Amino acid sequence: MSILTVVLNIVVIVLISFGVFFFAAGTVGFLRFPDFYSRMHATGKCDTLGVVLSCAGIALYALHDGLSLGNILVSLKIMFIAVFWFLGGPTATHALLNSAFNSGILPWTKDGKAIIEWPPK
Amino acid sequence: MRYIVSFIIFFLLWVIWSGKFDFFHLSLGVISCILVISISHDLLFQRSNFQKKDITETVRFIKYIPWLLYQIILANIHVAKLALHPRMNDLIDPHIIRFKTKLRKDMSLVTFANSITLTPGTITILIRDGYYFVHAIDMKVAGDLPGEMEERVGHVFMEDSDG
Repeated sequence: MSILTVVLNIVVIVLISFGVFFFAAGTVGFLRFPDFYSRMHATGKCDTLGVVLSCAGIALYALHDGLSLGNILVSLKIMFIAVFWFLGGPTATHALLNSAFNSGILPWTKDGKAIIEWPPK
Repeated sequence: MRYIVSFIIFFLLWVIWSGKFDFFHLSLGVISCILVISISHDLLFQRSNFQKKDITETVRFIKYIPWLLYQIILANIHVAKLALHPRMNDLIDPHIIRFKTKLRKDMSLVTFANSITLTPGTITILIRDGYYFVHAIDMKVAGDLPGEMEERVGHVFMEDSDG
């Protein structure tokens, strides 16, 4: 096992661990946040960084037995998963929240005012 | 011109996904790329002729991505901290905030909305009559809006120079 493989493995383990941490935080937030809107924050959002970190880790791991053309193609494809997540994830979150808003679900708030003007005068 | 550029982009993607370099698979790629371009050539590049500002826009957009990633990481740590905090209910203060935007072009509106949604803590719900309806999880993440991100998106798509 060469020194390069060891370093690569450490980087991969760190990346995937942080990715899994953000997924876990998203799931915990999903269970703990009070209403539909804030739950979507946890699930739709912590996952963005989770997906990027996990995909970067897996893409690096796909390169661990040499820089052949096949390996590079595989890791490119894995990185494209992250790119499409960045396009599709916000769209799906937005679509869910938009339909919730249109069907009249009001968010859980502390002061009872659902919609406030921004920035405050 | 835009046919050729779209063809090159599509064919590059085809090669990445197929991963086979024999004549049969490449010719299949050429046929499907031509088919797709003949149907939807106006989706990728809306203007029929390339201008200098197309290139400037692309370069600026590529420069915008690292900053967006940095913001995503910062805000993601913030939301993860909120989710795991023992006194979570005291810290969050969710609201739908409504603010006026000065962006006009479709592309910059979409990019700004997508950037808001990608940045954790804020989700774009609706754009209506130049107003953004954004759900924000607490006042700290709401305080950053519209602010620097709108400036940067406007800069990328050259809002001030033309309509």
